[in-house]
Amino acid sequence: MAKVVAVTGNEACANALRQVNPDVCGVYPITPQTDMMQKYASYVSNGKVDTEIILVESEHSSMSACIGAAAAGGRVVTATSSQGLALMWEMLHIASGDRLPIIMPVVNRALSAPLNIHGDHSDAMGARDTGWVQLWSENAQDAYDNTIQAFRIGEHMDIRLPVMVCLDGFIISHSIERMEYLEDEEVKGFVGEYKNFLPLLDLDKPKSYGPLILPDLFHEYKKAQHEVMLKVKDVVLKVAADFEKLSGRKYGLFESYRLDDADIALVILNSAAGTTTDIVDGFRARGIKAGLLKPRLFRPFPYDEVAEALGKVKAVCVMDRSDSFGGYGPVFMEISSALYPLQERPVLINRIYGLGGRDYLPEHGEAVLNELDEIAKGGKVEKYKEYIGVRE
Amino acid sequence: MKLKGWKDLTPGSVILEGGNAVQFKTGSWRAFRPVWKKENCIHCLFCWIYCPDMAVNVKDGKMMDFNYDYCKGCGICALECPGKKGQTAIEMVEEGK
Ligand code: SF4
Ligand code: SF4
Repeated sequence: MAKVVAVTGNEACANALRQVNPDVCGVYPITPQTDMMQKYASYVSNGKVDTEIILVESEHSSMSACIGAAAAGGRVVTATSSQGLALMWEMLHIASGDRLPIIMPVVNRALSAPLNIHGDHSDAMGARDTGWVQLWSENAQDAYDNTIQAFRIGEHMDIRLPVMVCLDGFIISHSIERMEYLEDEEVKGFVGEYKNFLPLLDLDKPKSYGPLILPDLFHEYKKAQHEVMLKVKDVVLKVAADFEKLSGRKYGLFESYRLDDADIALVILNSAAGTTTDIVDGFRARGIKAGLLKPRLFRPFPYDEVAEALGKVKAVCVMDRSDSFGGYGPVFMEISSALYPLQERPVLINRIYGLGGRDYLPEHGEAVLNELDEIAKGGKVEKYKEYIGVRE
Repeated sequence: MKLKGWKDLTPGSVILEGGNAVQFKTGSWRAFRPVWKKENCIHCLFCWIYCPDMAVNVKDGKMMDFNYDYCKGCGICALECPGKKGQTAIEMVEEGK
C-alpha cells in the first residue's frame, strides 16, 4: 500500500536510501552537503538502518571511502551537491573505471565563482564524462523512484556501474510536495539482496583493484567501459517495467509530452519540465501544436530514441540550465548529435535559462515557444544560442 | 604473448590472481643498485621486510642476496640496514659504474 506524504526532495531520497538499508555511506557532513545526509545520519543514529556511516574530511575522501567499501563488497551510497561533486571529480572516474555500483543522489546546484549555492545543472553536467550513469528527476517523486531504481540498474550483473540521481537544488531538494512512498518491504523486495562481484573481502580469492594499465591495454579497457554503457538503456527500461508493476508509475528513457503531432517543442530537464507542461497546454489551447521532451537517462544518452521522438518536429529549442561557455549548452549538444543523422530534421536552437537559481517563469517558456512558432512558419533564426531571462 | 582484446578483460581491471607481481619485472627502472656486504650483515632481515618488491632473497632466516630482476633501486633497504657496529651491509652503487 502506497503511503501519501508531504516531504522535501531531500527527505524523499533519504527515505529511499533508508528503505534500501545499504552497508556503507561515506559522506562529507558539512555544506555543500544538503540535509538529505543529515536525515540519513539520524536514521543511522536512531537505529533505523544498519549502515556504517563514515564521516570524512572532504568529498574527495567521501568518494574514496565509498570506492574502498564498494570494492570490499558492500552496497554503498553517498550524496553530494555543487562544489562537493566538483571535489569528487577525480574519484568519480575511479568509481566507474573500477565498475563499482555506488548510488549517489546529487542535488543540482551552481558552481563557483561567483559563489551562489542555488539550483542549476552545472555540477552534474560537469560530471557528464566521468562514466557514471545519470538519471534526472523532475520532482520529489521522480527523485525517490529514480533512487530506488538506481540500485537495480547499477548493481545489474551486466552493468556494475555507479549511478547519479539528479534533482534540482532548493526547487525540489528543499521544497515540500505531495508524493507517495512505497512500503519498506516493497522496496527491499524490489532492490533485492546485494550481490557481490569480485569483492576484496573474499579472502580465499585474493585480488587487486586499481592496477597500472599501460598503453598496451588501456585503450581496450576504455572501449569495454563504453560498451557496457551501451547496455544500460535496456536495463533501465526493464527495471522501469518492474517498477511500474510495483508502483503504477511509468518511467522511460525520457518523457514525451504532447509530442506525437507537435510542430514545435522544448527539450528541458528536471523541475522546469513541470512548469513547461502547463505552458505547452496553453499553446495547445490556442491551436498551436507544442510539445515537450524531458530527458531522464542522460548518460548513456538514448540518441536513436530521441531522434525518433523529435525527428518530425519542425522547430525545437533545447533549454539548458548550465553552459559550456563558448560552446553550446550540454543538453543541446546531445540533442543535435541525436538529430544530425536524420535526412530531415528540426531547426534546433539553444536557450540558456535559470542559472544560479534564477526562476524559470512561464513567460520565459512562452517567449521561446513563440519564437519557435515563427521559425516553424519559415521565420529566420536570429541566434542559435542565447541566454533568456537575462537583463541587458 | 598474445595481448587481450576488449572483450576478454576483467571488468574494472581487477587482478584476479594473487601475487602476480612476479610477472612484472621492475629491475630495469634501477639507477642505483644495492650491493650487499656480507661481512657486515647481521641477518636482521630489515631489508627483506622493508623492500617494497620481492628483491631480497632469504633462506632459512638468512639474507642470501638481491634479486635484481625486481630491485628497482629505491634504496630503502640501504637506509634501514643497521649493519654491524655502524658499518652498513648495503651500499647503493650507481648503475654502470
Ligand atoms: S638489513 Fe642489512 S644487516 Fe639486516 S639482513 Fe639486510 S643486509 Fe643484513
Ligand atoms: S633497493 Fe629497494 S627494491 Fe632494491 S632491494 Fe633495496 S629495498 Fe628492495
